[in-house]
Amino acid sequence: MIVLQGLSKSFSGVKVLDDLNIEFGEKQITVVMGRSGGGKSVMLKHIIGLMKPDSGKVLIGGIDINALKKKELNEIRKKFGMVFQDGALLDSLTVFENVAFPLRQHMKHSEKEIEDKVYSILADVGLNGQYNKMPSEISGGMRKRVGVARALILNPEIMLFDEPTTGLDPVMSDVINNLIISMHNKFKFTGIIISHDISGAFKTGDIIAMLYEGKIIESGTPEKFQNSSNPVVKQFISGTMEGPILI
Amino acid sequence: MNIILVPFQKIGKFVLYTVEELGLIAIYIWESFISIPQYFINFENLIDQIIFIGMDSFYVVGLTGLFTGMVLSLQAYYAAKIVGVTYMIGPTVALSMVRELGPVLTALMITARCGSSMASEIGTMKVTEQIDALEVMAVDPYYFLSVPRILAAMAMLPVMTVLCSLIGIIGGYLVYVYFLGLNHVTYIEKIYQYIELKDIYNGLLKSVFFGAILAIISTFKGFQTTGGAKGVGKYTTQAVVLSSVYILFADYLLTSILF
Ligand SMILES: Nc1ncnc2c1ncn2[C@@H]1O[C@H](COP(=O)(O)OP(=O)(O)OP(=O)(O)O)[C@@H](O)[C@H]1O
Ligand SMILES: [Mg+2]
Repeated sequence: MIVLQGLSKSFSGVKVLDDLNIEFGEKQITVVMGRSGGGKSVMLKHIIGLMKPDSGKVLIGGIDINALKKKELNEIRKKFGMVFQDGALLDSLTVFENVAFPLRQHMKHSEKEIEDKVYSILADVGLNGQYNKMPSEISGGMRKRVGVARALILNPEIMLFDEPTTGLDPVMSDVINNLIISMHNKFKFTGIIISHDISGAFKTGDIIAMLYEGKIIESGTPEKFQNSSNPVVKQFISGTMEGPILI
Repeated sequence: MNIILVPFQKIGKFVLYTVEELGLIAIYIWESFISIPQYFINFENLIDQIIFIGMDSFYVVGLTGLFTGMVLSLQAYYAAKIVGVTYMIGPTVALSMVRELGPVLTALMITARCGSSMASEIGTMKVTEQIDALEVMAVDPYYFLSVPRILAAMAMLPVMTVLCSLIGIIGGYLVYVYFLGLNHVTYIEKIYQYIELKDIYNGLLKSVFFGAILAIISTFKGFQTTGGAKGVGKYTTQAVVLSSVYILFADYLLTSILF
């Protein structure tokens, strides 16, 4: 289980996370929604120790990751897969090598096993036959899918997705959402998805949470979330300009 | 009042900045080197870097050595002619190359060629979150990026220095024999007579330090990069300038200790 306890973080005096508390249930998919620039990516980076909080704790299976040594933290990180908002593919490696990278670093597989795994996961994300292209030669949406494939290849216990469907066409978004659902059914990872895509969120999420002004202001099952009485949540779901959210 | 205080403020800020920077570099060196026993050495990247710093720099370093040796020979001739000791041109060229110009010029050329690309490559990876991605995949970026570069530079700089000095001495010889029309036997004989093994060793020892300096500073600056494409440019410039300055400074220190 992943617990964020009283997490606060400021950048040059501006509070991005403000005493944020949330628990992400084991083997559940939690979708976190919120405004652009609201600190969702920052929250995700805290969960995996890329950023350190000004105050508060990040507990993974009861362990405070900010109290760990680098090597111990790396052991915990091996349980994670993360899809970055902009892909963050290694741009000196081909698509194939990017997806194979975690395998080569942490597993002792034969070249044949690596090939089988990479081809099968790339087929899952709809990227047949693009193996030898460089990241700069494929579209943004394709890069994102390569990122998803790379994150899933080690069948991690915990998956973090930073806007996995933003920038994809509706069909491809649905492919990715279905991929996440089927992978989740297969491997039962704990999933945290950051998303703006409301219909996708209701489809994939067991729990939906809303991050607003540095705090989680609502969280619950899709039904509960949809019927929330919180005016901010209502406005966000209906996607209108009028409401308490200040532009 | 301000006119008096401002310069002191600037000096103070500069001192603080330099001390902080040196502290950060010391921590960086420490963290890079403790990654070796923890994760071992990434040999694939090490080989890539050895090829990049070694083979691929051959022409740059060779040309630098050639022209430096040629011009040294020529300059030494004008001075030696006056006192009638033109037979000393050989040792002058050889000693200058081996002790001083070989190591320093090689280091400066490789800083320009490889240091800049180390800083900009790592800097770009930093601003495009590729370094974050490495960390998330539990791959220590120091193990993956820094250590191979630092070790490759330390290993290849002496090799390239030998090449540079050798080609420089040959360049000096060419000018001595074909342009100045002097006797080729004296050139070689006098070099043998005046040069000691110690000169060569110490020159090479210096180049190991220079290799470490240029790779450490350049990769360090790469990791410091923030602020998009402009930031990459800024930190790459800093990497080259700082590496060069530190190399020249270390050259003075090492020369006064070693020779
Ligand atoms: N490394 C950083 N340095 C300084 N400020 C940062 C940094 N990372 C994020 N911020 C700031 O934190 C705030 C939240 O950023 P974040 O990337 O988390 O937004 P987000 O909710 O993910 O938005 P989006 O949906 O557009 O991706 C922004 O105002 C941003 O400027
Ligand atoms: Mg974001």
